[in-house]
Amino acid sequence: MASTIRVRATASGDSTEVQALIQHPMDSGFVKNAKGELIPPHYIQQVVIEHGGKPVFIADWGPAVSKDPYLKFAFKGGKKGDDLKVSWTDNKGASDTLTAKIQ
Amino acid sequence: MKSSIWNDAPVSRRSVLQGIAAVAVVGFTGIRFGMSEALAAANDKYPEDAFKQKSEADAIKSLYGKTAEKSDKVKLDAPEIAENGAVVPVAVSSSLTDVTSIAILVTENPNTLAAAYRILPGAAPSVSNRLKMAKTSNVIAVVEAGGKLYSATKEVKVTVGGCGG
Amino acid sequence: MRRFSGLAMAGLAIAVAVLSAPPAAMAADTPNPPADLKAFQKFFKDKFPKVKFEDFVNGPYSMDEGLYKQWKEKEEFPPYEFALDLGKELMAKPFKNGKTLADCFPNKGIGIRQDYPHFDAKQGKVITLELAVNQCLEANGEQPYSYVKDEMAAVTAYMAYTSRGKVFDVKIPDDPRALAAYENGKRYFYTRRGQLNFSCATCHVQSPGERIRAEVLAPALGILNAMPIYRSEWSGMGTTSRRFTSCNSQVRGVPLKPQDEEYRDLEYYLSYVSNGLPISGPGARP
Repeated sequence: MASTIRVRATASGDSTEVQALIQHPMDSGFVKNAKGELIPPHYIQQVVIEHGGKPVFIADWGPAVSKDPYLKFAFKGGKKGDDLKVSWTDNKGASDTLTAKIQ
Repeated sequence: MKSSIWNDAPVSRRSVLQGIAAVAVVGFTGIRFGMSEALAAANDKYPEDAFKQKSEADAIKSLYGKTAEKSDKVKLDAPEIAENGAVVPVAVSSSLTDVTSIAILVTENPNTLAAAYRILPGAAPSVSNRLKMAKTSNVIAVVEAGGKLYSATKEVKVTVGGCGG
Repeated sequence: MRRFSGLAMAGLAIAVAVLSAPPAAMAADTPNPPADLKAFQKFFKDKFPKVKFEDFVNGPYSMDEGLYKQWKEKEEFPPYEFALDLGKELMAKPFKNGKTLADCFPNKGIGIRQDYPHFDAKQGKVITLELAVNQCLEANGEQPYSYVKDEMAAVTAYMAYTSRGKVFDVKIPDDPRALAAYENGKRYFYTRRGQLNFSCATCHVQSPGERIRAEVLAPALGILNAMPIYRSEWSGMGTTSRRFTSCNSQVRGVPLKPQDEEYRDLEYYLSYVSNGLPISGPGARP
Protein backbone atom coordinates (compact mmCIF):
# COMPACT_ATOMS: atom_id res chain seq x y z
CA MET A 1 0.00 0.00 0.00
CA ALA A 2 1.25 3.47 -0.81
CA SER A 3 2.87 5.59 1.86
CA THR A 4 0.83 8.25 3.61
CA ILE A 5 3.63 10.70 2.88
CA ARG A 6 4.20 12.65 -0.30
CA VAL A 7 7.36 14.70 -0.57
CA ARG A 8 8.69 17.20 -3.05
CA ALA A 9 12.24 18.26 -2.27
CA THR A 10 14.03 20.57 -4.68
CA ALA A 11 17.59 21.78 -4.40
CA SER A 12 18.39 25.23 -5.74
CA GLY A 13 21.83 26.66 -5.07
CA ASP A 14 22.75 25.59 -1.56
CA SER A 15 19.16 25.54 -0.35
CA THR A 16 16.67 22.69 -0.50
CA GLU A 17 12.96 23.45 -0.35
CA VAL A 18 10.84 20.68 1.06
CA GLN A 19 7.08 20.30 0.76
CA ALA A 20 5.30 17.41 2.39
CA LEU A 21 1.68 16.34 2.26
CA ILE A 22 0.63 13.63 4.65
CA GLN A 23 -2.58 11.62 4.55
CA HIS A 24 -3.99 11.68 8.07
CA PRO A 25 -7.42 12.45 9.54
CA MET A 26 -6.05 14.87 12.16
CA ASP A 27 -9.20 14.43 14.22
CA SER A 28 -9.32 17.11 16.90
CA GLY A 29 -11.59 15.28 19.29
CA PHE A 30 -14.10 18.14 19.14
CA VAL A 31 -16.14 16.90 16.19
CA LYS A 32 -19.15 14.61 16.39
CA ASN A 33 -19.98 11.87 13.93
CA ALA A 34 -23.37 11.34 12.27
CA LYS A 35 -24.60 9.53 15.40
CA GLY A 36 -23.72 12.47 17.61
CA GLU A 37 -20.76 10.75 19.23
CA LEU A 38 -17.47 12.59 19.63
CA ILE A 39 -14.81 11.31 17.28
CA PRO A 40 -11.77 10.72 19.48
CA PRO A 41 -8.62 12.79 18.86
CA HIS A 42 -6.32 11.20 16.33
CA TYR A 43 -3.58 13.46 15.08
CA ILE A 44 0.08 13.53 14.16
CA GLN A 45 2.17 14.83 17.03
CA GLN A 46 5.61 14.96 15.53
CA VAL A 47 7.17 15.08 12.08
CA VAL A 48 10.92 14.66 11.79
CA ILE A 49 12.85 15.35 8.63
CA GLU A 50 16.36 13.99 8.36
CA HIS A 51 19.16 14.55 5.92
CA GLY A 52 22.49 12.78 6.05
CA GLY A 53 21.32 10.91 9.13
CA LYS A 54 20.68 14.12 11.09
CA PRO A 55 17.37 15.84 11.82
CA VAL A 56 17.11 19.13 9.96
CA PHE A 57 13.58 20.12 10.92
CA ILE A 58 11.05 18.97 13.48
CA ALA A 59 7.37 19.82 13.63
CA ASP A 60 5.41 19.48 16.85
CA TRP A 61 1.75 19.43 15.94
CA GLY A 62 -1.52 19.61 17.81
CA PRO A 63 -4.99 18.73 16.55
CA ALA A 64 -5.46 22.23 15.11
CA VAL A 65 -3.33 21.31 12.13
CA SER A 66 -5.61 20.65 9.15
CA LYS A 67 -6.56 17.24 7.90
CA ASP A 68 -4.14 15.79 5.35
CA PRO A 69 -1.53 18.16 6.71
CA TYR A 70 0.86 20.16 4.63
CA LEU A 71 4.29 21.44 5.54
CA LYS A 72 6.85 23.56 3.71
CA PHE A 73 10.28 24.60 4.91
CA ALA A 74 13.83 24.89 3.61
CA PHE A 75 17.31 23.97 4.75
CA LYS A 76 20.90 24.35 3.61
CA GLY A 77 23.26 21.61 2.68
CA GLY A 78 21.12 19.32 0.59
CA LYS A 79 22.16 18.34 -2.91
CA LYS A 80 20.30 16.84 -5.80
CA GLY A 81 20.28 13.08 -5.44
CA ASP A 82 20.58 13.12 -1.64
CA ASP A 83 18.16 11.13 0.46
CA LEU A 84 15.64 12.96 2.59
CA LYS A 85 13.77 11.05 5.25
CA VAL A 86 10.36 12.17 6.52
CA SER A 87 8.73 10.41 9.46
CA TRP A 88 5.70 11.04 11.61
CA THR A 89 4.19 9.63 14.79
CA ASP A 90 0.68 10.24 16.06
CA ASN A 91 -1.08 10.27 19.40
CA LYS A 92 -2.13 6.64 18.96
CA GLY A 93 1.43 5.51 18.52
CA ALA A 94 1.12 4.91 14.79
CA SER A 95 3.79 6.14 12.43
CA ASP A 96 5.03 6.16 8.89
CA THR A 97 8.20 7.08 7.14
CA LEU A 98 9.31 7.84 3.62
CA THR A 99 12.69 8.38 2.07
CA ALA A 100 12.66 10.56 -1.02
CA LYS A 101 15.39 11.89 -3.24
CA ILE A 102 16.12 15.58 -3.47
CA GLN A 103 15.53 16.70 -7.04
CA MET B 1 -1.19 22.33 -11.41
CA LYS B 2 2.44 23.08 -12.05
CA SER B 3 4.25 20.12 -13.51
CA SER B 4 5.69 18.89 -10.34
CA ILE B 5 8.93 17.22 -9.67
CA TRP B 6 8.07 15.05 -6.81
CA ASN B 7 9.23 11.77 -5.74
CA ASP B 8 7.73 9.16 -3.60
CA ALA B 9 9.93 6.18 -3.16
CA PRO B 10 7.55 4.41 -0.86
CA VAL B 11 8.98 2.50 1.98
CA SER B 12 6.75 -0.13 3.41
CA ARG B 13 5.05 0.93 6.58
CA ARG B 14 7.08 0.12 9.62
CA SER B 15 6.18 0.20 13.27
CA VAL B 16 7.24 3.11 15.41
CA LEU B 17 10.45 4.63 14.18
CA GLN B 18 13.07 3.16 16.48
CA GLY B 19 14.98 6.36 17.02
CA ILE B 20 12.00 8.40 18.09
CA ALA B 21 10.61 5.65 20.29
CA ALA B 22 13.92 5.16 22.07
CA VAL B 23 14.55 8.82 22.82
CA ALA B 24 10.95 9.52 23.75
CA VAL B 25 11.40 6.99 26.51
CA VAL B 26 14.58 8.72 27.71
CA GLY B 27 12.82 12.13 27.80
CA PHE B 28 14.66 15.07 29.31
CA THR B 29 11.89 16.66 31.33
CA GLY B 30 14.01 19.55 32.56
CA ILE B 31 14.93 20.74 29.08
CA ARG B 32 12.91 23.64 27.73
CA PHE B 33 11.69 23.27 24.21
CA GLY B 34 13.95 24.67 21.52
CA MET B 35 16.95 25.55 23.67
CA SER B 36 19.11 22.60 23.01
CA GLU B 37 20.66 22.27 19.58
CA ALA B 38 23.60 20.65 21.30
CA LEU B 39 21.49 17.63 22.07
CA ALA B 40 20.23 15.61 19.16
CA ALA B 41 17.01 17.50 18.63
CA ALA B 42 15.00 14.30 18.45
CA ASN B 43 15.77 13.90 22.16
CA ASP B 44 13.43 16.71 23.11
CA LYS B 45 10.01 15.64 24.19
CA TYR B 46 6.84 16.55 22.42
CA PRO B 47 5.60 19.65 24.30
CA GLU B 48 2.42 18.00 25.46
CA ASP B 49 1.77 20.50 28.22
CA ALA B 50 1.99 23.49 25.91
CA PHE B 51 -0.62 21.98 23.60
CA LYS B 52 -3.05 21.72 26.50
CA GLN B 53 -2.95 25.43 27.39
CA LYS B 54 -5.99 27.59 26.76
CA SER B 55 -4.45 31.03 26.72
CA GLU B 56 -1.59 32.17 24.53
CA ALA B 57 0.29 33.49 27.55
CA ASP B 58 0.21 30.07 29.20
CA ALA B 59 1.09 28.25 26.00
CA ILE B 60 4.11 30.46 25.33
CA LYS B 61 5.21 30.20 28.95
CA SER B 62 4.97 26.42 28.84
CA LEU B 63 6.81 26.24 25.55
CA TYR B 64 9.56 28.78 26.10
CA GLY B 65 9.50 29.96 29.68
CA LYS B 66 9.57 33.60 28.62
CA THR B 67 7.38 36.26 27.01
CA ALA B 68 7.49 37.66 23.52
CA GLU B 69 7.81 41.25 22.32
CA LYS B 70 6.20 42.40 19.11
CA SER B 71 8.60 42.69 16.21
CA ASP B 72 8.24 43.75 12.63
CA LYS B 73 10.98 41.26 11.81
CA VAL B 74 8.43 38.49 12.17
CA LYS B 75 6.37 38.10 9.05
CA LEU B 76 3.00 36.38 9.39
CA ASP B 77 1.16 35.51 6.22
CA ALA B 78 -2.50 34.55 6.70
CA PRO B 79 -5.69 35.48 4.85
CA GLU B 80 -7.98 38.31 5.92
CA ILE B 81 -10.97 36.07 5.52
CA ALA B 82 -10.36 32.34 5.59
CA GLU B 83 -12.05 30.51 2.74
CA ASN B 84 -12.90 27.84 5.29
CA GLY B 85 -11.96 27.48 8.93
CA ALA B 86 -10.90 23.88 8.36
CA VAL B 87 -7.97 24.74 6.10
CA VAL B 88 -6.30 28.10 6.63
CA PRO B 89 -2.90 28.50 4.95
CA VAL B 90 -0.52 30.26 7.36
CA ALA B 91 3.12 31.01 6.73
CA VAL B 92 5.71 32.52 9.07
CA SER B 93 9.15 33.79 8.25
CA SER B 94 11.68 36.02 9.96
CA SER B 95 14.65 38.19 9.10
CA LEU B 96 16.03 37.77 12.61
CA THR B 97 19.28 35.87 13.02
CA ASP B 98 19.82 32.76 15.10
CA VAL B 99 16.25 31.54 14.88
CA THR B 100 15.75 28.29 16.75
CA SER B 101 11.98 27.97 16.90
CA ILE B 102 8.71 29.16 15.40
CA ALA B 103 5.33 28.64 17.05
CA ILE B 104 1.87 29.48 15.80
CA LEU B 105 -1.10 30.10 18.08
CA VAL B 106 -4.78 30.65 17.35
CA THR B 107 -6.20 32.55 20.28
CA GLU B 108 -9.84 31.52 19.92
CA ASN B 109 -9.14 27.82 19.45
CA PRO B 110 -9.97 25.59 22.43
CA ASN B 111 -6.25 24.99 22.91
CA THR B 112 -4.38 27.91 21.56
CA LEU B 113 -1.10 26.35 20.43
CA ALA B 114 -1.56 24.98 16.91
CA ALA B 115 1.97 24.05 15.90
CA ALA B 116 5.56 24.54 16.91
CA TYR B 117 8.63 24.08 14.77
CA ARG B 118 12.24 23.47 15.70
CA ILE B 119 14.47 25.35 13.33
CA LEU B 120 17.52 23.15 13.59
CA PRO B 121 20.97 24.30 12.44
CA GLY B 122 20.91 24.83 8.71
CA ALA B 123 17.15 25.22 8.45
CA ALA B 124 15.72 28.48 7.14
CA PRO B 125 13.67 30.58 9.58
CA SER B 126 10.40 30.03 7.78
CA VAL B 127 7.56 27.55 7.64
CA SER B 128 4.22 27.16 5.84
CA ASN B 129 1.36 25.04 7.07
CA ARG B 130 -2.43 24.77 7.03
CA LEU B 131 -4.35 25.18 10.27
CA LYS B 132 -7.85 24.80 11.64
CA MET B 133 -9.51 27.82 13.12
CA ALA B 134 -12.68 27.43 15.15
CA LYS B 135 -13.78 31.02 14.58
CA THR B 136 -12.55 34.52 13.89
CA SER B 137 -9.40 34.86 15.88
CA ASN B 138 -6.01 36.39 16.24
CA VAL B 139 -3.24 34.25 14.85
CA ILE B 140 0.05 34.80 16.65
CA ALA B 141 3.44 33.83 15.28
CA VAL B 142 6.21 33.54 17.85
CA VAL B 143 9.85 33.32 16.82
CA GLU B 144 12.64 32.37 19.18
CA ALA B 145 15.85 34.02 18.04
CA GLY B 146 19.09 34.40 19.94
CA GLY B 147 17.34 33.17 23.06
CA LYS B 148 14.65 35.89 22.97
CA LEU B 149 11.05 35.74 21.76
CA TYR B 150 9.47 37.94 19.13
CA SER B 151 5.94 37.92 17.80
CA ALA B 152 3.53 39.18 15.19
CA THR B 153 -0.25 39.02 15.24
CA LYS B 154 -2.91 39.08 12.57
CA GLU B 155 -6.66 38.75 12.79
CA VAL B 156 -8.16 36.14 10.49
CA LYS B 157 -11.89 36.16 9.98
CA VAL B 158 -13.62 32.83 9.88
CA THR B 159 -17.22 32.77 8.82
CA VAL B 160 -20.08 30.35 8.94
CA GLY B 161 -20.32 28.35 5.76
CA GLY B 162 -22.78 29.61 3.23
CA CYS B 163 -25.44 27.82 1.25
CA GLY B 164 -27.29 27.11 4.47
CA GLY B 165 -24.69 24.43 5.20
CA MET C 1 -69.00 42.20 -24.83
CA ARG C 2 -70.10 41.13 -28.26
CA ARG C 3 -70.72 37.50 -28.80
CA PHE C 4 -68.64 35.80 -31.41
CA SER C 5 -70.61 34.19 -34.17
CA GLY C 6 -70.48 30.43 -34.41
CA LEU C 7 -68.33 30.55 -37.53
CA ALA C 8 -65.82 32.85 -35.94
CA MET C 9 -65.67 30.57 -32.91
CA ALA C 10 -64.97 27.58 -35.14
CA GLY C 11 -62.31 29.52 -36.97
CA LEU C 12 -60.76 30.53 -33.69
CA ALA C 13 -60.82 26.97 -32.46
CA ILE C 14 -59.06 25.75 -35.60
CA ALA C 15 -56.52 28.50 -35.40
CA VAL C 16 -55.75 27.64 -31.78
CA ALA C 17 -55.43 23.95 -32.60
CA VAL C 18 -53.06 24.68 -35.47
CA LEU C 19 -50.89 27.08 -33.57
CA SER C 20 -50.93 25.02 -30.42
CA ALA C 21 -47.39 24.29 -29.25
CA PRO C 22 -46.30 22.06 -26.32
CA PRO C 23 -47.77 22.94 -22.89
CA ALA C 24 -48.10 26.67 -22.51
CA ALA C 25 -46.34 26.52 -19.12
CA MET C 26 -42.98 26.63 -20.91
CA ALA C 27 -42.02 29.06 -23.64
CA ALA C 28 -43.22 27.67 -26.90
CA ASP C 29 -40.20 28.83 -28.92
CA THR C 30 -38.07 26.22 -30.66
CA PRO C 31 -35.14 24.88 -28.66
CA ASN C 32 -31.92 26.35 -29.96
CA PRO C 33 -28.93 25.12 -27.98
CA PRO C 34 -26.32 27.00 -30.02
CA ALA C 35 -28.18 30.23 -29.35
CA ASP C 36 -28.43 29.32 -25.65
CA LEU C 37 -24.72 28.66 -25.51
CA LYS C 38 -23.88 31.95 -27.10
CA ALA C 39 -26.22 33.91 -24.85
CA PHE C 40 -25.08 32.05 -21.73
CA GLN C 41 -21.39 32.67 -22.33
CA LYS C 42 -21.96 36.27 -23.38
CA PHE C 43 -23.91 36.91 -20.18
CA PHE C 44 -20.97 35.87 -18.00
CA LYS C 45 -18.31 37.49 -20.12
CA ASP C 46 -20.21 40.78 -19.99
CA LYS C 47 -20.77 40.46 -16.26
CA PHE C 48 -17.10 39.76 -15.58
CA PRO C 49 -15.10 41.51 -18.29
CA LYS C 50 -11.88 41.20 -16.31
CA VAL C 51 -12.02 37.45 -15.95
CA LYS C 52 -10.12 35.57 -18.64
CA PHE C 53 -12.42 33.13 -20.39
CA GLU C 54 -10.56 30.01 -19.32
CA ASP C 55 -10.51 31.20 -15.69
CA PHE C 56 -14.25 30.78 -15.36
CA VAL C 57 -13.52 27.16 -14.50
CA ASN C 58 -12.04 28.26 -11.18
CA GLY C 59 -15.41 28.97 -9.61
CA PRO C 60 -15.31 31.39 -6.69
CA TYR C 61 -11.55 31.79 -7.00
CA SER C 62 -11.83 33.91 -10.10
CA MET C 63 -14.39 36.06 -8.33
CA ASP C 64 -12.43 37.07 -5.23
CA GLU C 65 -8.79 37.96 -4.75
CA GLY C 66 -8.51 36.87 -1.14
CA LEU C 67 -9.89 33.47 -2.02
CA TYR C 68 -7.65 33.24 -5.08
CA LYS C 69 -4.52 33.67 -3.00
CA GLN C 70 -5.51 30.93 -0.54
CA TRP C 71 -6.37 28.64 -3.41
CA LYS C 72 -3.01 29.18 -5.11
CA GLU C 73 -1.23 28.28 -1.89
CA LYS C 74 -3.19 25.05 -1.62
CA GLU C 75 -2.60 24.21 -5.26
CA GLU C 76 1.15 24.09 -4.57
CA PHE C 77 0.53 20.69 -3.05
CA PRO C 78 -3.17 20.11 -3.39
CA PRO C 79 -5.29 18.07 -1.00
CA TYR C 80 -6.64 15.88 -3.81
CA GLU C 81 -3.24 14.27 -4.42
CA PHE C 82 -4.25 11.18 -2.47
CA ALA C 83 -7.46 10.77 -4.45
CA LEU C 84 -5.43 10.93 -7.67
CA ASP C 85 -3.17 8.12 -6.56
CA LEU C 86 -6.09 6.00 -5.47
CA GLY C 87 -7.89 6.69 -8.74
CA LYS C 88 -4.91 5.60 -10.82
CA GLU C 89 -4.67 2.43 -8.79
CA LEU C 90 -8.37 1.62 -9.14
CA MET C 91 -8.33 2.15 -12.90
CA ALA C 92 -5.72 -0.57 -13.25
CA LYS C 93 -6.88 -2.99 -10.58
CA PRO C 94 -8.20 -6.19 -12.18
CA PHE C 95 -11.77 -7.29 -11.54
CA LYS C 96 -12.57 -10.85 -10.60
CA ASN C 97 -12.91 -11.57 -14.32
CA GLY C 98 -9.48 -10.14 -15.10
CA LYS C 99 -10.67 -7.00 -16.86
CA THR C 100 -10.05 -3.50 -15.49
CA LEU C 101 -12.02 -0.28 -15.22
CA ALA C 102 -9.69 1.24 -17.81
CA ASP C 103 -10.77 -1.42 -20.32
CA CYS C 104 -14.30 0.00 -20.39
CA PHE C 105 -13.19 3.35 -21.69
CA PRO C 106 -11.67 4.59 -24.93
CA ASN C 107 -7.90 5.03 -24.63
CA LYS C 108 -7.99 3.23 -21.27
CA GLY C 109 -9.76 6.21 -19.75
CA ILE C 110 -6.87 8.56 -20.37
CA GLY C 111 -7.68 11.98 -21.70
CA ILE C 112 -11.36 11.30 -22.34
CA ARG C 113 -13.18 12.95 -19.43
CA GLN C 114 -14.26 15.87 -21.59
CA ASP C 115 -16.27 13.46 -23.76
CA TYR C 116 -18.73 13.08 -20.89
CA PRO C 117 -21.56 13.59 -20.59
CA HIS C 118 -22.85 12.62 -23.99
CA PHE C 119 -26.11 11.36 -25.34
CA ASP C 120 -26.03 7.66 -26.00
CA ALA C 121 -28.38 6.75 -28.82
CA LYS C 122 -28.50 3.05 -27.98
CA GLN C 123 -29.33 3.54 -24.33
CA GLY C 124 -31.48 6.51 -25.22
CA LYS C 125 -30.16 8.66 -22.40
CA VAL C 126 -27.39 10.92 -21.24
CA ILE C 127 -24.35 9.03 -20.03
CA THR C 128 -22.20 10.84 -17.49
CA LEU C 129 -18.73 9.77 -16.49
CA GLU C 130 -19.93 8.55 -13.10
CA LEU C 131 -22.71 6.52 -14.66
CA ALA C 132 -20.28 5.03 -17.15
CA VAL C 133 -17.97 3.97 -14.32
CA ASN C 134 -20.71 2.13 -12.48
CA GLN C 135 -22.13 0.64 -15.68
CA CYS C 136 -18.67 -0.78 -16.27
CA LEU C 137 -18.45 -2.23 -12.79
CA GLU C 138 -21.89 -3.79 -13.01
CA ALA C 139 -21.28 -5.17 -16.51
CA ASN C 140 -18.21 -6.93 -15.12
CA GLY C 141 -19.93 -8.40 -12.10
CA GLU C 142 -18.41 -5.95 -9.64
CA GLN C 143 -20.10 -3.91 -6.91
CA PRO C 144 -20.87 -0.38 -8.12
CA TYR C 145 -19.31 2.50 -6.20
CA SER C 146 -21.27 4.99 -4.15
CA TYR C 147 -21.78 7.95 -6.46
CA VAL C 148 -20.86 10.68 -4.04
CA LYS C 149 -17.32 10.15 -2.83
CA ASP C 150 -14.41 7.81 -2.12
CA GLU C 151 -13.67 5.49 -5.05
CA MET C 152 -15.98 7.27 -7.48
CA ALA C 153 -14.33 10.57 -6.61
CA ALA C 154 -10.87 9.03 -6.89
CA VAL C 155 -11.50 7.46 -10.28
CA THR C 156 -13.18 10.52 -11.80
CA ALA C 157 -10.43 12.69 -10.29
CA TYR C 158 -7.77 10.68 -12.04
CA MET C 159 -9.63 10.72 -15.33
CA ALA C 160 -10.20 14.48 -15.06
CA TYR C 161 -6.54 14.98 -14.31
CA THR C 162 -5.51 13.19 -17.49
CA SER C 163 -7.81 15.53 -19.41
CA ARG C 164 -6.59 18.79 -17.94
CA GLY C 165 -6.59 21.50 -20.54
CA LYS C 166 -8.87 19.66 -22.95
CA VAL C 167 -12.05 21.57 -23.65
CA PHE C 168 -15.67 20.57 -23.48
CA ASP C 169 -17.15 19.96 -26.91
CA VAL C 170 -20.49 18.48 -25.96
CA LYS C 171 -22.66 17.64 -28.92
CA ILE C 172 -26.40 17.46 -29.13
CA PRO C 173 -27.01 14.96 -31.91
CA ASP C 174 -29.88 15.29 -34.31
CA ASP C 175 -32.09 13.14 -32.14
CA PRO C 176 -35.27 14.45 -30.51
CA ARG C 177 -34.43 12.49 -27.35
CA ALA C 178 -31.10 14.26 -27.02
CA LEU C 179 -32.71 17.61 -27.48
CA ALA C 180 -35.36 16.69 -24.93
CA ALA C 181 -32.65 15.74 -22.44
CA TYR C 182 -30.89 19.06 -23.01
CA GLU C 183 -34.14 20.96 -22.54
CA ASN C 184 -34.93 18.92 -19.45
CA GLY C 185 -31.59 19.84 -17.93
CA LYS C 186 -32.07 23.48 -18.82
CA ARG C 187 -35.51 23.48 -17.29
CA TYR C 188 -34.20 21.91 -14.11
CA PHE C 189 -31.50 24.53 -13.89
CA TYR C 190 -33.94 27.40 -14.02
CA THR C 191 -36.69 25.91 -11.85
CA ARG C 192 -37.02 27.09 -8.27
CA ARG C 193 -37.19 24.43 -5.61
CA GLY C 194 -36.91 23.76 -1.93
CA GLN C 195 -38.02 25.74 1.05
CA LEU C 196 -35.60 28.49 0.10
CA ASN C 197 -37.22 28.54 -3.31
CA PHE C 198 -33.91 28.88 -5.15
CA SER C 199 -33.15 27.60 -8.59
CA CYS C 200 -29.58 26.83 -9.60
CA ALA C 201 -29.72 30.07 -11.54
CA THR C 202 -30.70 32.10 -8.50
CA CYS C 203 -27.20 31.68 -7.11
CA HIS C 204 -25.07 30.86 -10.09
CA VAL C 205 -26.51 33.13 -12.75
CA GLN C 206 -28.02 35.98 -10.77
CA SER C 207 -25.40 36.24 -8.07
CA PRO C 208 -21.97 34.85 -8.99
CA GLY C 209 -19.19 36.68 -7.20
CA GLU C 210 -21.62 37.79 -4.53
CA ARG C 211 -22.08 36.08 -1.20
CA ILE C 212 -24.62 33.69 0.20
CA ARG C 213 -24.07 34.16 3.89
CA ALA C 214 -20.31 34.23 3.90
CA GLU C 215 -19.45 32.16 0.86
CA VAL C 216 -18.65 33.56 -2.53
CA LEU C 217 -20.81 32.09 -5.29
CA ALA C 218 -19.33 30.51 -8.39
CA PRO C 219 -20.56 31.37 -11.86
CA ALA C 220 -22.53 28.64 -13.63
CA LEU C 221 -20.21 28.96 -16.62
CA GLY C 222 -17.56 26.30 -16.24
CA ILE C 223 -18.94 25.15 -12.93
CA LEU C 224 -18.48 21.45 -13.67
CA ASN C 225 -15.06 21.73 -15.28
CA ALA C 226 -13.22 21.31 -11.99
CA MET C 227 -15.16 18.24 -10.85
CA PRO C 228 -14.63 16.20 -8.75
CA ILE C 229 -13.56 18.53 -5.99
CA TYR C 230 -11.82 18.43 -2.63
CA ARG C 231 -13.92 20.77 -0.55
CA SER C 232 -12.59 22.20 2.68
CA GLU C 233 -16.18 22.11 3.86
CA TRP C 234 -16.32 18.35 3.34
CA SER C 235 -12.72 17.86 4.42
CA GLY C 236 -12.60 15.47 1.51
CA MET C 237 -13.52 14.67 -2.06
CA GLY C 238 -16.94 14.84 -3.62
CA THR C 239 -18.31 14.17 -7.05
CA THR C 240 -20.78 15.99 -9.26
CA SER C 241 -23.45 13.75 -7.73
CA ARG C 242 -22.43 14.84 -4.30
CA ARG C 243 -22.63 18.49 -5.21
CA PHE C 244 -26.04 18.20 -6.88
CA THR C 245 -27.61 16.29 -4.02
CA SER C 246 -26.10 18.48 -1.32
CA CYS C 247 -27.09 21.62 -3.16
CA ASN C 248 -30.71 20.38 -3.23
CA SER C 249 -30.53 19.72 0.51
CA GLN C 250 -29.03 23.12 1.14
CA VAL C 251 -31.99 24.92 -0.44
CA ARG C 252 -34.04 22.66 1.83
CA GLY C 253 -35.46 20.62 -0.97
CA VAL C 254 -35.54 16.87 -1.24
CA PRO C 255 -32.59 15.67 -3.26
CA LEU C 256 -33.04 13.24 -6.11
CA LYS C 257 -31.05 10.05 -6.17
CA PRO C 258 -27.55 10.43 -7.57
CA GLN C 259 -27.52 10.02 -11.33
CA ASP C 260 -31.29 10.32 -11.60
CA GLU C 261 -32.37 11.40 -15.06
CA GLU C 262 -32.78 15.04 -14.14
CA TYR C 263 -29.30 15.26 -12.68
CA ARG C 264 -27.79 13.68 -15.75
CA ASP C 265 -29.73 16.01 -17.99
CA LEU C 266 -28.68 18.93 -15.83
CA GLU C 267 -25.05 17.89 -16.22
CA TYR C 268 -25.62 17.64 -19.98
CA TYR C 269 -27.02 21.16 -20.15
CA LEU C 270 -24.34 22.68 -17.92
CA SER C 271 -21.52 20.97 -19.77
CA TYR C 272 -22.89 22.00 -23.16
CA VAL C 273 -23.15 25.67 -22.25
CA SER C 274 -19.57 25.48 -21.02
CA ASN C 275 -18.29 24.23 -24.37
CA GLY C 276 -14.89 25.68 -25.15
CA LEU C 277 -13.80 25.77 -21.52
CA PRO C 278 -11.00 23.45 -20.39
CA ILE C 279 -11.23 20.63 -17.91
CA SER C 280 -9.45 21.75 -14.76
CA GLY C 281 -10.32 18.88 -12.45
CA PRO C 282 -9.84 17.60 -9.95
CA GLY C 283 -10.30 20.84 -8.12
CA ALA C 284 -10.14 22.27 -4.63
CA ARG C 285 -12.95 24.40 -3.32
CA PRO C 286 -13.84 26.14 -0.05
